[in-house]
Amino acid sequence: MEARKKTAREVERHIVARVGDVPEGEHRIFSVAGREIGIFNVRGEYFALRNRCPHLGGPLCEGEVLGLVYSSKPGDVRFDGSKRLITCPWHGWEFDVKTGQSYFNPRLKARRYTVETSVGEASRERQEAVPENPDELEPGPYKAEVLQVKEEGEYLVVAMPKSTAGRERGAS
Amino acid sequence: MTTPLLEGKSRRELWSGPIIDCDVHANVPSLEALFPYQEEVWAQFARDRGWGGPTGVDIAYPAGAPTTARPEWRSEGSVPASDVAMLREHILEPWDVERAVLNCYYAVDSLRHPDWAAALARSVNDWVVAEWLDKDPRLVASMVVPARDPAAAVKEIERVGDHPRIVQVLMPVRSERLYGQRVFFPIYEAMTRRDLVMGLHWGGTPEGEPSTGGFPSWYAEEYAAETQSYGAQITSLIAEGVFQQFPDMRVAVLEGGFTWVPGWGWRMNAEWKGLRREIPWVDRPPMDIIRDHFRFSIAPIDAGPPQEMAKIIKWIGTEDILMFATDYPHMHNDDVGAFLELLPESMRRKVMADTARDLYRL
Ligand code: FES
Repeated sequence: MEARKKTAREVERHIVARVGDVPEGEHRIFSVAGREIGIFNVRGEYFALRNRCPHLGGPLCEGEVLGLVYSSKPGDVRFDGSKRLITCPWHGWEFDVKTGQSYFNPRLKARRYTVETSVGEASRERQEAVPENPDELEPGPYKAEVLQVKEEGEYLVVAMPKSTAGRERGAS
Repeated sequence: MTTPLLEGKSRRELWSGPIIDCDVHANVPSLEALFPYQEEVWAQFARDRGWGGPTGVDIAYPAGAPTTARPEWRSEGSVPASDVAMLREHILEPWDVERAVLNCYYAVDSLRHPDWAAALARSVNDWVVAEWLDKDPRLVASMVVPARDPAAAVKEIERVGDHPRIVQVLMPVRSERLYGQRVFFPIYEAMTRRDLVMGLHWGGTPEGEPSTGGFPSWYAEEYAAETQSYGAQITSLIAEGVFQQFPDMRVAVLEGGFTWVPGWGWRMNAEWKGLRREIPWVDRPPMDIIRDHFRFSIAPIDAGPPQEMAKIIKWIGTEDILMFATDYPHMHNDDVGAFLELLPESMRRKVMADTARDLYRL
């Protein structure tokens, strides 16, 4: 409890880029206070993920952002472009750009799930998120680190905790 | 009473519970033995051409090769395992089996003639029913199909697949095409509708490469390489979504070993996690599909040192996957007693009888 309060107190806001630096449908990696952060522009909405895969630490944000492919049986290949999944360049696992949730298990199971943003301003609220295809997806075991990003005037501002900032893998 | 496999122990000393032998063989002694079960035209074709039977038989088990039959199971002037009296004397009595699954692999699909191959399959199946099943109530059997011709295979399943003691459709592991491919789906449809098991068995067409890299030069090499074909077929069945299309389908992997399964599983699970969007119908890790849909015979065991073997069993991650088999009359020098000893107590009964009983609904 003590540690959590401390983390919350030390959240700092960083101006990362100008709004036009991340065109719609694309993502860019920025170095912020010694950490690499991927900023994603999904139809004018911004999302931020740490450039570090929760699986084995790969440079997650260097991957491609793809839509969701799902199926009920062979020959039935469906596509849902509303879902945006970043695919890790190391082992190809998929993570929801918006929530950081890993997916590789698209079982046909309706399931609501709870995510807790681990870092950033919303970290003390438990949010209930429902995937856009609630009938198609079951979350995997990992969650990439999500950061809060906001458009403030002409800048993109990321909130992140100061205390855990450290040396980044591959950062130079 | 003992047999060579029992290594001087009595059957009860080795295992006092029930035994189901999931892989015993019937060998067609000669093509002529099938003539009474064939339309005359095919017998005449064979005589006309001096054709003595499918070549695939000798590819899997050349008559003189040591693996083909234990010396104790050979008899002067007759083909090993070629009648029910031999099977009784060598296996059914000494092992006191409750049920045995009889596999007559006759390489029917190494014959390319589409009508003749189908006729040959019909005659093998009718011969098995008349000369074996009708003569011993402990036997259930596999049927053979001309597997390279799915339409003909379906017809044959429709003809004999409802026989109450036909429990399995034998598919030789060597094939020209991988069995997961959709062209084979009608076979699986016919099979699962009758609750028959797919028996993925040693052997196959001479055109089907026994290794995944081509044709080996030597018999020893071919024998060792053929194990790779099992991995290729299983990978294909899983990747192509056969178990999503046919959720009731069950596969018995016969004579393929099983010690390679954990390594295969680790690789497949990893590939699937990263690349599942290419095969989005595969709805769970491949190793989970193995545990749900596949069973493996323990002939051969390919046992290494006991402590390593125990690890392999653990890595497979379920007690419900292995089934006892003698693979009569083929020779594997595995020590069944030593193997049983390293299994957890709760698993022995499953291996010796219960898993096969469940799989084949015996
Ligand atoms: S490190 Fe990202 S998927 Fe393995």
